[in-house]
Amino acid sequence: MSWWQLLQDPNTQWVLAGCILLGISSGVLGSFAFLRGRSLMGDALAHAALPGVCLAYLLSGSKSIGLFLLGAAAAGLLASYAISMISKHSRIKEDSALAIVLSVFFGLGIVLLTYIQHSDQGNQSGLDKFLFGQAASLVGSDVTAMIVVSAVLLLITTLLYKEFKLLVFDGSFGRGLGYPMGFLDGLLMLMLLLAVVIGLQAVGVVLVAAMLIAPAVTARYWTNKLGVMVVLSGCFGALSGSLGTLFSTTMENLPTGPLIVLAATCFFLFSLVFSPKRGILVRLLQFLKLRQKVLHDDVLLALYERMEADIEQNPSTLRNGCSVEVLAEKAGKRAGSVQQALTSLSRQGLVEPVEHPAAGTLWTFTAAGLKKAYELALNQRLWDLYLMNEQQYQSFSIDIHQENLAEQLSPTLLEEMMRQLESYNLTPKLTVSHMAGGSLLAGRQGGVS
Amino acid sequence: MNAEIPLSVRDLTVAYQKKPVLRGIHLDVPKGKLIGIIGPNGAGKSTFIKAVQNLIPAASGQVYIYGKPYKEQRRLVGYVPQRESVDWDFPTDALDVVLMGTYGRLGWFRRPGKAEREWALECLRKVGMADYADRQISQLSGGQQQRVFLARALAQAADLYFMDEPFAGVDAATEKAIILLLAELKEQGKTVLVVHHDLQTVTEYFDWVVMLNRRLIAAGPTADVFTPELLQKTYGGRLQYVGDRLAVTTDAGGGKVAL
Repeated sequence: MSWWQLLQDPNTQWVLAGCILLGISSGVLGSFAFLRGRSLMGDALAHAALPGVCLAYLLSGSKSIGLFLLGAAAAGLLASYAISMISKHSRIKEDSALAIVLSVFFGLGIVLLTYIQHSDQGNQSGLDKFLFGQAASLVGSDVTAMIVVSAVLLLITTLLYKEFKLLVFDGSFGRGLGYPMGFLDGLLMLMLLLAVVIGLQAVGVVLVAAMLIAPAVTARYWTNKLGVMVVLSGCFGALSGSLGTLFSTTMENLPTGPLIVLAATCFFLFSLVFSPKRGILVRLLQFLKLRQKVLHDDVLLALYERMEADIEQNPSTLRNGCSVEVLAEKAGKRAGSVQQALTSLSRQGLVEPVEHPAAGTLWTFTAAGLKKAYELALNQRLWDLYLMNEQQYQSFSIDIHQENLAEQLSPTLLEEMMRQLESYNLTPKLTVSHMAGGSLLAGRQGGVS
Repeated sequence: MNAEIPLSVRDLTVAYQKKPVLRGIHLDVPKGKLIGIIGPNGAGKSTFIKAVQNLIPAASGQVYIYGKPYKEQRRLVGYVPQRESVDWDFPTDALDVVLMGTYGRLGWFRRPGKAEREWALECLRKVGMADYADRQISQLSGGQQQRVFLARALAQAADLYFMDEPFAGVDAATEKAIILLLAELKEQGKTVLVVHHDLQTVTEYFDWVVMLNRRLIAAGPTADVFTPELLQKTYGGRLQYVGDRLAVTTDAGGGKVAL
């Protein structure tokens, strides 16, 4: 069957619509739960729903989706109440309270489920589908219920977006403004519960929490705005829902719910690695670039200080340069990495090798390299000076997180600091005035600037 | 109750579990003053300003803001919580945080519009952060985050402000910005209560001082109240604990009071 034919099939349409709705609503609400540090709460609510569903079946004796949802919601409420009471009135922390409630409710659910399975008409109840979900069993009435619930959830989120943002970012400030934060928190929890409950039939008790967490975490990788994050999360949810459904209908014997969760996880993994701002790959590249820059700066500075010391000792002569070994010792690095840095710096036109008959290959600055090294040395010494005399410069607004200090200084302040540098004998003494004909020459008269 | 008094507290007692943290606080605060709340660690300074704003339940007592109970006068109160109280990795920018200050006036369902946006920008400008309006909040330095919180409180356009250690761990630029802002608020006739840690700057920053150590030790104009005797009484039992810091501060306080 082609995809188009599949989409013509009303059964597939129902399933597809249901899974997309589920993805949107759990993605949207999951964002708030994730930011509020309540990701695990969804899992606890889902597991707690199982005994609720079973009890609803036992009490009513009929398989009605509305009653199941009611039972699941009631059990979820009881569980969340139990969790907050345990963490409030005992020494047990919230994570342990969650774990206790989750496993107790789930255990009770399994007991009831087994009992139902072994009773007379129990095996026809289809309750076992709630464990791992069976999206293919979604019918028109189920999807109608999902439409109503998701529409209500999305409407409330849109209306109370501002209030929920306040709750998640700074609840106590919100209380100061006069908003009933306890009520909003409870409402958010209830909405989370409803999002979980409508997902039970499609994705199942065990996996539905993934639908809350994965799209939200994925969306966080791509944006720094809450509004965008909520919308993106809904989209990732919907996309996972439709991809999972389409894969499971085109291929034999593949379950829909787990495929939806796997699709959501793929989006997450992709974002984790490739996100342009927070992704692992970008951060790794930035780190490597930084390491490279530090190495280059250190080598330039080492060469600069070495040659500066030379002209200070003997202003009339200037050596040809330094060998790799001397630089490595001066900078405290391995000769291999210094060699590599020099090669790369010479490609940038900052340093150049000079063959010396006795000493072998020596490295010296080009004009551009000397200018750059002078700036590096000046910047470093200005920072040293600033940190030594921080009290004196406190009144000037200087951002110590910036790399460059000279740019932040007013001309008068720069002048003052230069004078102070001179008094410490720290003024960088090797300047472009030591260059002649584009290169630093041995034996040239070098006047101290 | 006198409607001229920005804050009057009657017999306020706050208890965590069973242990009272603050006992029988009785205080009237004058209008248009910068007021420092000082006291040793665990004296209940933060607890005091939270309890006054109903953020934590009080075991007993009443709070009146301009002569009426707090609940009716909420709009008149602005609050700068401690910076550590929120997660700064939250997906939002500086302007958006400042906009939260306008939520109280907006009320339910209404979203901030252009007028609120401009007002929030104005508030950011007042703390010298206009250039950082669209900066993601986790990218701001500690001092800048503190200034964003100040701007948010300004956006509340309140008459009475509570600030919880705004000077804690900020850079020189932020300290300067806060002092300027406090002076401006005072000029507009607003009243600001600041929980403060650094005793050396008390006489410089504040007109009025409230000394707390689980109960109210003293409250009054800085010149009358910030004396070695009362400081001793406030920090008293902790002389050993505070060590040379108290010695230094007593000297500084004594020196300034003597003037």
